[in-house]
Amino acid sequence: MDFKDHKHVVIIYPHPDDESFGASGTTVRFREAGVPVTYLCGTLGEMGRNMGSPFFATRESLPEIRKQELLDACAVLDMNVEMLGYRDKTIEFESRKLVAERLKDYIEDLGATLVITFYPPFAVHPDHNAMGAAAFEAVKMIDSDIRPELWATAITNDRQETLGEPDVIIDTEEVFEKKLEAIKAHRSQAEGMLSKMRESSDFVGEYDSALQRLQYESFYRIDVDRVHY
Amino acid sequence: MKTIEPGIVQEYIDRYADKFVYIHLETTNGAYAKHFDKNAHNVGAYIRNAQIKYERGKIVTTDEAYRVGLKTSGWIYAEGLTDYEITEEGQLLLAGHDPEGRLMVALEISEKPFDM
Repeated sequence: MDFKDHKHVVIIYPHPDDESFGASGTTVRFREAGVPVTYLCGTLGEMGRNMGSPFFATRESLPEIRKQELLDACAVLDMNVEMLGYRDKTIEFESRKLVAERLKDYIEDLGATLVITFYPPFAVHPDHNAMGAAAFEAVKMIDSDIRPELWATAITNDRQETLGEPDVIIDTEEVFEKKLEAIKAHRSQAEGMLSKMRESSDFVGEYDSALQRLQYESFYRIDVDRVHY
Repeated sequence: MKTIEPGIVQEYIDRYADKFVYIHLETTNGAYAKHFDKNAHNVGAYIRNAQIKYERGKIVTTDEAYRVGLKTSGWIYAEGLTDYEITEEGQLLLAGHDPEGRLMVALEISEKPFDM
């Protein structure tokens, strides 16, 4: 695949940090090829359980903190961001149709040739699955001859057995410094994970251990006319 | 937030008694509990911006943490609270954190609705 073949990539995930853990290396590869990337971020992760480690956020200060972390990460990744204003943990209770119509407008207005989202129901968190389902629906609403490509992220532990090998595997090693910087921009969320990594028995340094865990970003190519979700 | 000082928290609980106030009450073990431990079960509940009035409220000290009960026409109850903060607007925030600093339970009281 040649990154330059795309005109605009739209990433649709629900939380600040989903983009950095799931698709930041991919984002950087597209940006280096001159392709604009826009992140449609569903919520501000208002109900997140991680408050920093040691914790510095409260339930009430967390949204503003995560908003700033999101802006910082997107600056590192040189990526546009639109915050959609849904509330953490509630996307599955919204009207899927209304969310999908909004996403479709963004996809069309931005001229997206590739949409990246979560793969429902293989994305563990209810917001991931609901955002992915709305994104699938949005792509399906677009006439098939002008539909963007659709890639989806699955994170269930048994995804390989259920779905087989992913169709697209992006090696992020060349751009991993930026990926790690974007992840660390989400200070309130990443510190806990990073300190756990430091304490693990196989720890070989922050960069190398993170690389071992996060080097590859995998996606399944979705045909919205055939997929069940 | 700081480690709960029961005297200060009780003072704020008393200050809000017999007034219409808004509460935020939640508990969670996280959206990934089962993902990381297949024997676990994801559990969570929250209510935000419920308007209530309580006649009496009390903070009770236990060995490891605190409990708060508010007597309304029914009851509001939270267990496992460890930390508190009074915001600039005078909101009383109470939360219980695990050793990694993750929030497990929260009870908050405010005269104005919480931000949405």
